[in-house]
Amino acid sequence: MTNISVPRERTERPPSSLGGLPVTKWVAYPAFIFSILFFVAPFLIMFAVSFWQRISGRLEATWTIQNYEKFFSKSYLVEALFNSLEVTIITTIISVLIAYPLAYIVAFKVPTKWQRIILLLTILPFWTAYVVRSYSWLLVLSDNGIVNSTMLSLGIINEPLKLAYTRGATILGFVHFFTMLLVLTIYANLIQIPKNLLHAASDLGASATQTFLRVTLPLSLPGVAVGAFLTFVITIGDYITPQILGGNTELLVPQAIMLQISRTADFPMAAVMSIVLMAVVTGLYLIFQRYLKLDRI
Amino acid sequence: MNEHQNLNWPAASYLVVVLGFIYLPVVILVLFSFQDGLLPVPPFNGPSLQWYYKLLSNERLVDALLNSVIVAVLSGLVTTLLGFLAAYGLSRSPVTFSGSARFLLIAPITVSYLIIGIGLLITFNLVGVGKSLFSVGLGHVVINLPLAFAIISSQMNDSHKNIDAAAHDLGASDLQTIVLISAPMMKPSLLAAFCLSATLSWDEFIVAFLLSRFEVTLPVMIFEMLRAGLTPEVNAAGTIVFAISLMIVLFAASTLLIKQRDTK
Repeated sequence: MTNISVPRERTERPPSSLGGLPVTKWVAYPAFIFSILFFVAPFLIMFAVSFWQRISGRLEATWTIQNYEKFFSKSYLVEALFNSLEVTIITTIISVLIAYPLAYIVAFKVPTKWQRIILLLTILPFWTAYVVRSYSWLLVLSDNGIVNSTMLSLGIINEPLKLAYTRGATILGFVHFFTMLLVLTIYANLIQIPKNLLHAASDLGASATQTFLRVTLPLSLPGVAVGAFLTFVITIGDYITPQILGGNTELLVPQAIMLQISRTADFPMAAVMSIVLMAVVTGLYLIFQRYLKLDRI
Repeated sequence: MNEHQNLNWPAASYLVVVLGFIYLPVVILVLFSFQDGLLPVPPFNGPSLQWYYKLLSNERLVDALLNSVIVAVLSGLVTTLLGFLAAYGLSRSPVTFSGSARFLLIAPITVSYLIIGIGLLITFNLVGVGKSLFSVGLGHVVINLPLAFAIISSQMNDSHKNIDAAAHDLGASDLQTIVLISAPMMKPSLLAAFCLSATLSWDEFIVAFLLSRFEVTLPVMIFEMLRAGLTPEVNAAGTIVFAISLMIVLFAASTLLIKQRDTK
């Protein structure tokens, strides 16, 4: 090779082709088509079906809001919605309160070289399947489970406490899962806070508490917001945890949806409840939108 | 700057208590899978492998395990392929287009699995597609595609584009560039996306429950076994599910860590 070409300024690569087809344009299309076929279309169909009626076992495209009226007039369904909201809000708050100090300790108290390993340890049980995780809590909480049998043998109680099959058990199962998730999102946010800011605050005479309340905490809120939003979305739509741990004490929306599907195959009603659930989540998203940077996950 | 971080004892004990809380159910699950007795509750007699033997001779359970493996591997492959092609195509498209396309691909992450499952169930029912492992796999691609796409596209940067351009200059076709240059270059993130999708599919319950009928996956099988109450056999099955998830995740994590060290 003797000819030396002068390196030319490269801005945009000339359009290339494969048998006349510009490949790079269409390689992304299979994913779009897939998403439209199996995510967007089913959602639109579900929305449409929520206005249909089931007449003698068959779906009829009747376009009526009767299903929605039925949902809001049935007290046990409205109650399920409030139960779901309560359980979800309590879960989110407790999970944040447990996870935040842990994330803070790992980010600011644990020596740097140990941080990764502790973080890894914290999230390992995250990889137990939903069903298995809820079942495991049943082993801990049941009448002859580890908690009751330990307290009985220590003489703290005389008869087993009813721990499993309660709302408390459902919330405990959720909190266990989301503590792990929140530690991760909050930690990721905390370590991004420049240490200089913290030093500047203390140089300017702020106490440790003031530095935390006025600098660290506000700067870490995006991590809390992302984690809390994910907690909310997953908790409010979860069927398995209340089904296994909550027993039959109360009905949550996902359980009500599954009842419509399995008992009566009432798809329009299941669709209505799914839409209501989505509306709640969307409303929440719109409220917290400015704090949420989902693409940062 | 040399930070001297001090782990004082209140902080250390908080760490230990929360880690104890996080590990309590997992330890109990695994421990009592080795129970020598009929109930997975104290006192612990054992260790014994009898429940693992029982599990392996349970034909329906072994079938469910194989079904889970097939669905996880195939849905993981499809998810990774779609995610890679989308990330590749979008990184070479105008920004205005890629913004809304990104939104479309990431959107399912904000929707509950349950709602995605119900939507697919209603749709398949209307169109006349029966419940099967295939529909379960489709459902798993829907729920895992956002994450696979996010992982792969976060690792795609401008230097990749330049190498692409170099390949073109040297006479490679678009297809050759993607298959021979870009895909091998993205191998660590493709592997991470595959492992994550496969693990999430392997663990997933609600979509698998809604969209399967006769052939079920392992989590669905375990859920059905729960009707019989607490038994060490479920502990054994749960332990196996957990152990396999853990192996895939640790494998993916170590591959990514090695890659990070190399690029430093």
